[in-house]
Amino acid sequence: MKFLAHKQEICDGCRKCEEACSQLYFKTTDRNYSAIRINNNFNTYHAKKCTQCGECINMCTANAIYRDRNGVVRIDKKLCVGCMGCVGFCTELVMFYNDDQPTPFKCVACGACVKACPKHALEILVSQA
Amino acid sequence: MAEILKEYNYTPAKLHRGYANKSLYINVGDLSIIEKEVTQWMKDKFVGGKGFDLWYLWNAVTPETKWDSPENEIVMSAGPLGALTQYSGTGKTLVASISPMTGIPIDSNAGGYFGPLLKLSGWDALELQGKADKDVVIFIDGNKGIIRFEEGEEYPEDTHLLAEILTERFAENEDDKVNVAVVCTGSAAKTGYMGMLNFSFYDPRRKTCRYKQAARGGLGTILRDKKIKALVVRFKGVTGNLNDVADLATINRIGIKYHKQMHDLDEKQNRMRTIGTANTVMVMNKYDLLPTRNFQTGGDPETYRIAPEVFVNQFLTQGLHDGCWYGCTMSCAKCADNFLLTSGPYAGTRVTVDGPEYECVAGLGSNLGIFDPQAILEENFYCDTYGIDLISFATAMAFVMECVQRGQVTREQLGGLDLRFGNKDAVLELMHLMSRGEGFGKIAGLGIRRLKKIFVEEFGADEQLLNDIGMENKGLEYSEYCHKESLAQQGGFAMTNKGPQHDEAWLIFMDMVNNQIPTFEDKAYALFYYPMFRTWFGLCGLCKLPWNDIVPADNYKTDVPAKVPEHVQNYVDIFNAVTGMSIDKDELIRQSERVYNFQRVFNLRMGHGKRDEDYPPYRSCGPVSEEEYLSRQELYDKQLVEKQGLDPEKMTLTEKIAATRAYRMDQYEQLMDAVYKRRGWTMNGVPTPEHLKEIGMDLPMLLEVVEPHL
Repeated sequence: MKFLAHKQEICDGCRKCEEACSQLYFKTTDRNYSAIRINNNFNTYHAKKCTQCGECINMCTANAIYRDRNGVVRIDKKLCVGCMGCVGFCTELVMFYNDDQPTPFKCVACGACVKACPKHALEILVSQA
Repeated sequence: MAEILKEYNYTPAKLHRGYANKSLYINVGDLSIIEKEVTQWMKDKFVGGKGFDLWYLWNAVTPETKWDSPENEIVMSAGPLGALTQYSGTGKTLVASISPMTGIPIDSNAGGYFGPLLKLSGWDALELQGKADKDVVIFIDGNKGIIRFEEGEEYPEDTHLLAEILTERFAENEDDKVNVAVVCTGSAAKTGYMGMLNFSFYDPRRKTCRYKQAARGGLGTILRDKKIKALVVRFKGVTGNLNDVADLATINRIGIKYHKQMHDLDEKQNRMRTIGTANTVMVMNKYDLLPTRNFQTGGDPETYRIAPEVFVNQFLTQGLHDGCWYGCTMSCAKCADNFLLTSGPYAGTRVTVDGPEYECVAGLGSNLGIFDPQAILEENFYCDTYGIDLISFATAMAFVMECVQRGQVTREQLGGLDLRFGNKDAVLELMHLMSRGEGFGKIAGLGIRRLKKIFVEEFGADEQLLNDIGMENKGLEYSEYCHKESLAQQGGFAMTNKGPQHDEAWLIFMDMVNNQIPTFEDKAYALFYYPMFRTWFGLCGLCKLPWNDIVPADNYKTDVPAKVPEHVQNYVDIFNAVTGMSIDKDELIRQSERVYNFQRVFNLRMGHGKRDEDYPPYRSCGPVSEEEYLSRQELYDKQLVEKQGLDPEKMTLTEKIAATRAYRMDQYEQLMDAVYKRRGWTMNGVPTPEHLKEIGMDLPMLLEVVEPHL
């Protein structure tokens, strides 16, 4: 299972990752459109992003969330009805949405943020789970 | 392929702020179609959903119209909040017609996808009038703008076959099946008055149709009388804002907050996601509320055998597609897969059984003395596929079984059926007879009111006893709550517009479990507020369960926890966010009052709807028999002392039963006075012209009806 990992001890909170993500998927630098969010907790930086746990898959009332062959949890935008149930049900609070978007969005471990991180604080890992 | 009888093309209206602003009239007699405008006046007075249903029905019928008159209509509407996806329970279809059970308007509602997809196809409401010569299937394609009539004779009658076939028939491919919804009934709908409507939704995980029911009052019977085999709607492309709402951000915000409450609290509260409505069975048993053997007692030592855990552990499949409309994270529609049937025409086949819901376990289980989960699921399946209103059937058969118990009818008079409490085989056999229209099955579905008449007139049964133990009011069977100790719920059932059901007033937990309405005044107020509040769900296309089957963690700190103030505000805010209006919680109640009083006047117009029809059978209010009194003697004796100042030691059992009855019926009379006053009605139960004016319903057509009764 592919997932994005964050090295908290290296991250300096520059948020280049957020910018890379929102730019790639929504052509904006607004961090509200990023699927990774860096939070500053007394100068320790915590990354909120999907762990690919997949709890949202079965709860989706439109059967629109699935795990791809790399183990990444994805939303099928053609099936998603924008109910936002997964947003409310995500234990990690990492299913994101914006009111001008018809469907929620999440980290799909694409690695765009990894390349953008000047400190190499992000990496794509593969677990056996 | 079935013969196409007629095809009509239309331009599907785009929704705006919750309305399509159009309704569809279909006459199945001559296959005529009229597209009607939905006016601002209609929205102001009736909001939508059940309000629109009743308005169209009023205009279609006369005081002489019977349920099987060609002019009687089945009207369906989803309501302005219907087809939202962000808040739980926004997929209801409200259905109304003149009922064969009661002779007055019935309204019943169901989940499933039909109503929302109908609305997204451009129709705020659908009127079905007339009678076809031969079975017809009506298909509406909301993407292509097609209404098509097809011959329906060749299709099977029973729902689990018919809906699957029609879903296959009208879906363009496997993926398209979720976009098709079917309304139909079953083979038993034509032999009695308690035929119900199944509303399908396709479950893509189980790859089968699932069903919710608009069950009450014989709507399926009317559908079959009109020779409508099925209604089918197809709409592809459901998304989060097809309602073109005024304020999507608010709806998203409130919806997500609610979803989070479901996620965080459901397992600690009612476990609706795990068990569904059947979660209450053991609680009801504990509080003496679980109807057992025709409501004689409120529980049984055997109830553990039909406890929720039994179904969850042995039959239900979890974590799948159990919401009956998109976005309902309460997901209470449970399901038993690969269930092996043991009786009837489908014995030996494995089927998917939707349920069991609470009413099923209580009605087809404890109230019939059946404590066998396997039997309950099989009864559940056959009620559904045969199109039988499970509640009316269960309560009516409980009545028949008690008649047998008390020697009022014999096995021979019931066509040889051994309808003793607990005999599951006889109950299933009766369902099969109803399906085939044979033997006692020919009359069993007529309901308690007509069975009482037959038993008295033809079998010489004791009329007084039958009136006491037959749990019907206005011709409709009670739903499954033993409420003898809840005065509020006695009124909640019998002082209703359409007959005793739990759609309008469900005060039993509030009254008896949580003790939230202890005083007489509290109860009278509750019988004003809650029926109005609950009516509003029917106006808007909403399910009531998300209102209070989960509550915010701090709800207990609010001034009126029973109302769940945060959720009431959610509804106010969502209504405004959809429509662009600015109602508050008081106007919400006022919106309901308009329709509630309209329905009351509608009853009057049909020759009913006054005080004399608001009395419950005594079984609803207290112990009819000596055994019942003795089963809770300590409680009843104590009440004689504390409430009436009597000394039970000096009274015979007969005297104690009589004194209890006199006291309780007097209490009921007083409650009725208080409730009528609070509702703005005369002491005869007639809405006053002053009240109609106050709520903005002093319409000449209503004043004309109430005038002679003042």
